[in-house]
Amino acid sequence: MTDSARPVRLLWLQSGGCGGCSLSALGAESPDLLTVLEAANIEVLWHPALSEASGRDVVKLFEDLEDGRQTLDILCLEGSVMCGPNGTGRYHLFSGTGRPMMEWIRALAENAHHVVAVGSCAAFGGITAAGDNHTEAVGLSYDGRTSGGLLGADFRSRSGLPVINISGCPIHPGWLCETLHQIAMGRFSDAHLDEWARPLSYTMHLVHHGCARNEFYEYKASAEHLCDRGCMMENLGCKGTQARADCNMRVWNGAGSCLDGNYPCINCTAPEFEEPGHPFTQTPKVAGIPVGLPTDMPKAWFVALASLSKAATPHRLKENAVSDRLNVAPQDKGKVKP
Amino acid sequence: MNRMVVGPFNRVEGDLEVRIEHEDNAVTRAEVVTPLYRGFERMLLGKPPMDALVYAPRICGICSVSQSVAAAQALASAMNIRLPQNGELAVNLIHATENVADHLTHFYLFFMPDFARDTYQSEAWHPDIKTRFTAMKGTAPEDVLPARAQFMHIMGILAGKWPHTLSIQPGGSTRSVAPGEIARLDAILKAFRRFLERHLYGDRLERIVSLQCAQDLAAWSAERPPETCDFRRFLNVSAALELDRLGRSSGRFLSYGGYAMQGATLFRRGVFMTGNYAPFDARSVTEDTSSSWYKPGTGPEHPMTGTTDPDADRSEAYSWCKAPRLDGEIMEVGALARQLIDGNALIRDLVARKGGSVHTRIVARLLEIALVVMAMERWVAALQADGKYIVHEKIPASGEGIGLTEAARGSLGHWLSIENGRIANYQIIAPTTWNFSPRDGAGVAGPLELALVGAPIRPGETDPVSVQHIVRSFDPCMVCTVH
Repeated sequence: MTDSARPVRLLWLQSGGCGGCSLSALGAESPDLLTVLEAANIEVLWHPALSEASGRDVVKLFEDLEDGRQTLDILCLEGSVMCGPNGTGRYHLFSGTGRPMMEWIRALAENAHHVVAVGSCAAFGGITAAGDNHTEAVGLSYDGRTSGGLLGADFRSRSGLPVINISGCPIHPGWLCETLHQIAMGRFSDAHLDEWARPLSYTMHLVHHGCARNEFYEYKASAEHLCDRGCMMENLGCKGTQARADCNMRVWNGAGSCLDGNYPCINCTAPEFEEPGHPFTQTPKVAGIPVGLPTDMPKAWFVALASLSKAATPHRLKENAVSDRLNVAPQDKGKVKP
Repeated sequence: MNRMVVGPFNRVEGDLEVRIEHEDNAVTRAEVVTPLYRGFERMLLGKPPMDALVYAPRICGICSVSQSVAAAQALASAMNIRLPQNGELAVNLIHATENVADHLTHFYLFFMPDFARDTYQSEAWHPDIKTRFTAMKGTAPEDVLPARAQFMHIMGILAGKWPHTLSIQPGGSTRSVAPGEIARLDAILKAFRRFLERHLYGDRLERIVSLQCAQDLAAWSAERPPETCDFRRFLNVSAALELDRLGRSSGRFLSYGGYAMQGATLFRRGVFMTGNYAPFDARSVTEDTSSSWYKPGTGPEHPMTGTTDPDADRSEAYSWCKAPRLDGEIMEVGALARQLIDGNALIRDLVARKGGSVHTRIVARLLEIALVVMAMERWVAALQADGKYIVHEKIPASGEGIGLTEAARGSLGHWLSIENGRIANYQIIAPTTWNFSPRDGAGVAGPLELALVGAPIRPGETDPVSVQHIVRSFDPCMVCTVH
């Protein structure tokens, strides 16, 4: 990647996942995914949803990369690593090879300059690890919140970086495109990663930032049902004040976000989001106070603030909070609609 | 007799292997291997029922909304609630956006790139097809990706995001729509219609859906040169390669209809066999695991009481896919089945003449894009800025529910039972579970396994291109297949 003329060679693998991160990436805009790859000078050696090559050509490519006959600059994995049953990896034998995908991933990661986990499954195990995780699904360097995963806590790719965890279920296309582009430009370093090795470019923010319901949050004007326009933190399980992502600072699909869709943030960029310990759309409470308070906020302060602001909630917010559309508009003083 | 293992496949939304036996340059027997198991049906056991709405869409990144719709319908039938009209329209619009985008993705990014392969470089049509459809580099992906992304703004407005929305609920859609947003939806559809009419059809959508028979289609195609639009490009290649003889259907088709409309469905629900329509009876669905890596039960199981108990050591098995059967028979599902069962004149005529094939599967899919986009235009016009989009009900502590819908690639069913307020059983039969079914206890092969028999193999081929075309003509979704 120091040689700017040579294309940056990327291989994309899929295992225990839904393919939704690839599909989300296909929705990249301004510019589109193919233009981003061109701008970043990334040559896609193979992507399971996009490339022409099938069969023997692909197996030959994998063998060449494993044996070091070809250079691998960026290895992306989408989906969990399937270690079961009993550590054999037989829940996913990579087709045409009879070899567990788990082993292909391990072998190719050893030779890769950068290793990127695309989505929460590849990063932490994700949805595939939900329930009793009888398939032994893990992430590349995490098993839920525990470091380790397939490659081990001490794994460093040839660049010296740990596995870069672009978590999310799915990822926002921008998180992927910008991270790959930074890597390809040789401008991505350890300083750009957070404590879970996620790119700070999006985990520097909380989902709360830019949420269109912020005014409802300020006055604790809460939604009661899935469809109400009020803040969803108190009753509907919303974790936007704790979740690390810039979902409300950049739009999804040109217009929305989970919150704009009138359903709560389920903190899908976090390890173990798949097992919240309560129904996803219900806020667990102790003595009427939500258990999960906003990140960094002292509890006493939050409680005091909440009771104060609830007492001061304007009529407009009280009404709109429990309605499925904004019925009461703000009004300029002294001006009445003729 | 010779053997060949074909795989890894790509552009099939997941992983797939096909084992074939061949003689005299043609396939004589095929085994379709779905090599990934994730275990969603076990994962859901013991969960709060409404949490299925978080897990189910994540079965699949390309049929995500279909999975949501099936789960929401299963819950709705357990709760015995009906959606308000706005809610039904909004859910249909979200679902149609996914299905149409999937058809587009399939045609442009998954299916057509195989004709750009060097295998065909001596064909007269190859230079144009190569320029247009080469994977990641052709002019088509360059045109399609921005148009698809803009079309998906419908998801941003109505569903928050795609994939994996939580806006689709048993009682409707969480997202009411404001008057300005109805105007935006209308404008987005107009822009998408323009893309389709300019690039895909080279003609008005109304003209495409008015074609009544094989002769109409041939006459329409001959009106202008193949290079004038992508549908004509396909028809030209299809005629040259005789794709109507490739990948023959076994003759039985199933569709759940899709797009609920006040108790009915946009497309008719039912079964089509031996040239005739028959009603569908959900009680006749079973799954057989004779060739699948699961602990053998007591024989084929109805999904309401079905089990999923993985056993990777079963030597007689070759796939993680179960073998669904209707009245003991295999069924082909997808756009071809939907349009046959709905009685579309063009599709009925094509199949009456030459049967189901690679050719008819693609024509049905392209026709359906026009039909569904026109329905979406009507649904947007019917949306009301006032009135409910959702009703709320409590989930019962015990009960059963079935959700039957149509993903782009065919019939999707969820069977749910609830006990003590928790999910007691959850079984899913996805479209490609039907199409890529392995053999059942009677040794009857699945639709793809049968469609591959007779596929020609060119000299020296290790991954026969005919097999690639046939496999992809079903628009498989491998992550849904086993889930």
